[in-house]
Amino acid sequence: MNQSDFLKVVLPFKDKVFRLAKRFLVSTEEAEDATQELIFKLWKNKDKLANYRNIEAFAMTMTKNYCYDRLKSKQASNLKLIHSNYKEKETSLDKKLEYMDSVRKVHLLIENLPDQQKLIIQLRDIEQYDFEEICSMLQMKPTAVRVSLSRARKTIREQLTKQHNYGVS
Amino acid sequence: MELANIEKLLIKYENAETTLEEEALLKKYFLSDTVAPHLKEYQPIFEYFKASNNETFTNKINFKTKTRNFTWLPVAASVALLVSMYLGSTKFNEYQQRKAATKTLAEITEALKMVSSNLKKGHQAFNKLYVYEDSVYKIFKK
Repeated sequence: MNQSDFLKVVLPFKDKVFRLAKRFLVSTEEAEDATQELIFKLWKNKDKLANYRNIEAFAMTMTKNYCYDRLKSKQASNLKLIHSNYKEKETSLDKKLEYMDSVRKVHLLIENLPDQQKLIIQLRDIEQYDFEEICSMLQMKPTAVRVSLSRARKTIREQLTKQHNYGVS
Repeated sequence: MELANIEKLLIKYENAETTLEEEALLKKYFLSDTVAPHLKEYQPIFEYFKASNNETFTNKINFKTKTRNFTWLPVAASVALLVSMYLGSTKFNEYQQRKAATKTLAEITEALKMVSSNLKKGHQAFNKLYVYEDSVYKIFKK
């Protein structure tokens, strides 16, 4: 396997790896480092890659483990919180402000979810993997994934409704 | 898509029972401009999901991170070895030369000392001769 073959395998999912890393490590720089590190790890073990049925799923599992390790290490204990700007649709200004606010709130709500739910939300709702793939990535049973996902979705929606109704954040 | 259907899908969605296709339908509905007022609260969620999917990793992939390139190591080592051998041999030669020089110096000084001591002897003899000659001179003059 030479570099261009390898890139053909890796490029389709490098963004997904990056986004997953960013979900956990928060800062863009950390996530970039993580992605680079991960791709490099894959490259070093390129001879063994053929043994894996689904390299993408394998890469996502590696990313997850890498992120957990990073979060455990002291080095990452003082990560900065950075909020990205989200594009919104054309609406009147105050509505727009309110709307942007709730989109950002969704980000915070996901941030506050337990690690596993965060992970599953990212894989399912953002990256749109099917349940089988998620199960193989996380070595979890389908029912467990569903329960976790359902809890995460409900938490997000309930929190949003609560904040919306009472105007407290 | 009719509202009742969407509401049904939303319940399924929250129970994590929707398929990817159904979720795509929901996404499409909530990203359109015709969201029913009582469902507005779901909108930011799907908006957020869509926005987060747009982030990309733009850095160039680097295949050489953190690996040291060892190909130059033997070259550097052999160069270092050659230089040290060269320096060592010149130093050694210098040392040998100095040793030889001090030896010859010692020999020369020894020889010169001998010469000078011999010369001194000769000088003393001359002195005696002078004394003799002086006295002869005195005698013959008188």
